[in-house]
Amino acid sequence: MRRDEEQTMGRRVVITGMGLISPVGLDLQTSWNALLAGKSGVGPITRFDATDYPCKIAAEVRGFNAEDHFPRKELRKIDLFTQYGMVSSAEALKDSGFEIHDGNAHRVGVYIGSGIGGLPVMETVHAKLLERGPKRVSPFFIPAMILNLAAGNVSIQTGAKGPNMALATACATGTHAIGESYRLISEGYADAMISGGTESSVSPLAMAGFSSMKALSTRNDEPERASRPFAVDRDGFVLGEGAGIMILEERESALARSARIYAEITGYGMSGDAFHISAPAADGGGAVRSMSTALERSGIRPDEVDYINAHGTSTPAGDEIEVRAVKKVFGDHAYKLVCGSTKSMTGHLLGAAGGLEAIVAAKAVADDVIPPTINQENPDPECDLDSAPEVKREMTVRTALSNSFGFGGTNATLILSKHHS
Amino acid sequence: MASVEEKVKHIIVEQLGVDEEEVKSEASFVDDLGADSLDVVELVMALEEEFGLEISDEDAEKLTTVKQAVDFISSHAK
Repeated sequence: MRRDEEQTMGRRVVITGMGLISPVGLDLQTSWNALLAGKSGVGPITRFDATDYPCKIAAEVRGFNAEDHFPRKELRKIDLFTQYGMVSSAEALKDSGFEIHDGNAHRVGVYIGSGIGGLPVMETVHAKLLERGPKRVSPFFIPAMILNLAAGNVSIQTGAKGPNMALATACATGTHAIGESYRLISEGYADAMISGGTESSVSPLAMAGFSSMKALSTRNDEPERASRPFAVDRDGFVLGEGAGIMILEERESALARSARIYAEITGYGMSGDAFHISAPAADGGGAVRSMSTALERSGIRPDEVDYINAHGTSTPAGDEIEVRAVKKVFGDHAYKLVCGSTKSMTGHLLGAAGGLEAIVAAKAVADDVIPPTINQENPDPECDLDSAPEVKREMTVRTALSNSFGFGGTNATLILSKHHS
Repeated sequence: MASVEEKVKHIIVEQLGVDEEEVKSEASFVDDLGADSLDVVELVMALEEEFGLEISDEDAEKLTTVKQAVDFISSHAK
C-alpha cells in the first residue's frame, strides 16, 4: 500500500456497516437487489395532490410505516427526514456489529446532513400559523424542522457522544458528510462515525420551487422512464427521498474486532465552482478539481478506478458537463471504466444522494458487481461513456469513485477501494 | 357526553403517549408521566384547543398534575 503514510499521514478509515432507506427498498439488501435488477422507484406523487403541478412524479419511499419504529408520542417531534436518518443509522449500526458503550461512546461521532431539512413540517406549521395564530405553533416545531436534528436524534438514540454535526451542501451533502467524517477519524477526533445524508422533501413547496427552476423531468406519463441520465432525451431530474448511512471506523480498531469491511475510504476531494447559483460551470472545472484532488490525495492512479457512480441527475447540462470532466481527469481510461448513474432508478435524493451512492460504490467494490443505468435506449453522443446500460455488470471493481455536485457550485468526490488486510 | 375529567385524561394519553391506567389524579406530568418541559407546553396548548380557552403562562406553570389540570379546566371552561 503506497497510500496513507506518505500521502496523508492520517489513520486509515474503513466502512463496516451500512443502512439504507430508498425509493427502491426500505433496507440495504432490498434496495441493493432492486438496483441490480434495474428497478425504477419513480411513480406518481402520492404525498399530496399534485394535479396542478407541472411535475406530478417523484421517487417516493413506499411502505415506510413510522409507527413500526417510533412510539406515537415521539413521532410528532421528528419530521420524516429525521425518521429516515434514525432508522437507517440503526440498520447501519446493527449491520456493523459495532457496539457503543461507556468505554468508547465519547470516541463515536455522528455526522448526518440534509440538503433541505424539515420542509414538510415547516409548510404544515406555517399554514396553521396563518390560520390559527402564533399560539398554535407547537414547541416541537423547531426541533422537528432544523436539519441537524437527524444527527442529534441519532446520538440520543445510540449514545454516541463524540463529534455531533450536520452540514447542508445541497445535493453534495451526503458525500461531504462522509468525507468530513473520514477526516475526523483520520485526524484522530473520533474512532468511529455514523455518517451520511437523509432527505424527505416531496412536499408542495419543494415541488413548486424545483419546477419553477425547470429542474424537474415532466415525463409525467412514463414515471419509470423519466430519470434517464446521459440519454439524449433527458429532461430533468426526478425528486427522490430516503437516507443512506455508513459506519466508518478507524482501520486498526475495526481489524481488532474482526469487523466485516466493505471497503476502505482512500480519497476525498472537494471544490467550488465560483460560477452560478444552480448551473454547473460549463467547463466542468469544479468537477475536475474535486475528482483530481480526491485522486491525488489517495495516491490511486486514474487507471485503477473501475467504476464511477456519477452525480448524473438526468439534467441536460449537468450530465454532459460531468462526462466531459471525467474525460478530462481520466483521459483514455474514461472509456474503459463504467460511469453509471443509479439516479436512473432512485431519482435524486438531494442531500441523501451522496449517502446512498457511497453505499452503492462500497457494495460494488465489495461484491464486484455494478448496478445498471436504466432508460438508456436513446444515447447522447456527448455522453458516450459506458454507463452499464440496462443490465448490471459483473466485473472486478478495485476502486470506485462517487461524485456529488450541489446548487451553489459545491462539489465533492469520495474514492472507495477494496480493503486488503 | 364525556366529562371534563375524561376529556382531559384522553388528551394526556394522546399527548404523552402513556397508558390510561397511569393517568391517576395525583400523577405529575413530569415525575410520573415522563413529560419534559416541551411536552407540558404542548399539552397545555392541546387543552386550550379542546376546551376553547386561553391559559396564561402563569396559570400553566401551576398545572403540574392531572388533578390540577382537571380542576382548572372545570372552573374556567366556557
